[in-house]
Amino acid sequence: MELRADSFSGAASGFKPLMAARTLAWISTQRNCPVTNEELCGLVESIAARRDRDAFAQLFRHFAPRLKGFGMRRGTDAASSEELAQETMLTVWRKADTFDPRRATVSTWIFTIVRNKRIDLFRREGHPDAELSEATEAAYEGRAADDELTLAEWGSVLRQALTELPEDQVTVLKKAFFEDKSHSVIAEELGLPLGTVKSRIRLALARLRNALPEDCQ
Amino acid sequence: MIRHHPEDELIVDFATGALGEGPALVVATHAAMCGSCRARVALVEAVGGLMLEDLEGEPVSAGLLDETLAMLDEGEDAATVAAPVAATDDREQVPEPLLRYIGRGLSHLVWRRVPGFPAIEEARLPIAAGVKAVLMRLKSGAVVPEHSHRGNEYSVVLAGGFCDGATSYGRGDFLARDPSHTHRPAADNDGDCLCLIVLDAPLRLTGALGMIVNPFLRI
Ligand SMILES: [Zn+2]
Repeated sequence: MELRADSFSGAASGFKPLMAARTLAWISTQRNCPVTNEELCGLVESIAARRDRDAFAQLFRHFAPRLKGFGMRRGTDAASSEELAQETMLTVWRKADTFDPRRATVSTWIFTIVRNKRIDLFRREGHPDAELSEATEAAYEGRAADDELTLAEWGSVLRQALTELPEDQVTVLKKAFFEDKSHSVIAEELGLPLGTVKSRIRLALARLRNALPEDCQ
Repeated sequence: MIRHHPEDELIVDFATGALGEGPALVVATHAAMCGSCRARVALVEAVGGLMLEDLEGEPVSAGLLDETLAMLDEGEDAATVAAPVAATDDREQVPEPLLRYIGRGLSHLVWRRVPGFPAIEEARLPIAAGVKAVLMRLKSGAVVPEHSHRGNEYSVVLAGGFCDGATSYGRGDFLARDPSHTHRPAADNDGDCLCLIVLDAPLRLTGALGMIVNPFLRI
């Protein structure tokens, strides 16, 4: 699948489709990349259906820098973070046919892959005799069941709700996602009582939940 | 009907990957039986997706894409051979996340009678070091001696039910106990109760029977 130029929001109307692929590489390095979830879904579906290497390359250009950044934000060195990005993208290739666009956006799906990969690759070092990798991945995957979550359609609503959260709640969420820290460690680091961190998490999730329609809360 | 769920902060720890394997297994096993908690996890994962999307990327090495493209077909065979999941008749009682921990099935696990407590059996599950994960089977009406914990205890009911004080727990219910809790669960009278229990620190016995059960409850 080829990304079309007119699907980038803000692209000039005279923008030639031929330029799109090359431009994507540039756009991908920008923050808040305006590639839509629909387009990303199309790439994953091309990989699943046709083992489409071009689609993979486009997806790679979009996500690999983010995945590396994700690893580095969590305190992993640059080389290992690159390995994390690579391993994650290889899993995307292998598991493309398990992606269900009704259940999650591509970014959310890839977030769950890099989360599991990170446990797989790095936490094992600290627990040499722990078979964390497969076991933990199974624990996460097994939770998926037949009910359809429609969250994927509400990405922009969720994003809006996220930007409207009070700063103290965002700080806690960001530490949770980017620094790989449990809520009790976050409390310690922020010098806050555990109860305060718990209530910030609860308030934040309640707000996010309330922003969504009832059937996907 | 499931009445007891993990708190939000535990859902966040689970969905971000910060939760250790033991507690994560209990949360996942509960979520496999609980649609509302699957939705709660999905919400946090969706936030993770947005954060990943908005993240300032780090430029990757120039050759990384080509190197990765060259690796695409390598692992293909290995990947299609999925890890063997035990052939088991236990699927009704054992949700998917737990299946891989019970090998060939519940009846193949090594069940240990508890000395002095013939109504209680436990089977230890293979899991990360420093954690104890057991399946505990309480015969109808059995009572676990009063105890508290130095660390945290996470449990989920897989079959049957039990009462702890005035609160009753049934299939799917999730429990997290911190060191401030002292409890004395008693299985319901209408059938055996099967629970998954994960302890991340040793038990501390508080009841008069503590000395007797100590060998059994040691980690
Ligand atoms: Zn629940």
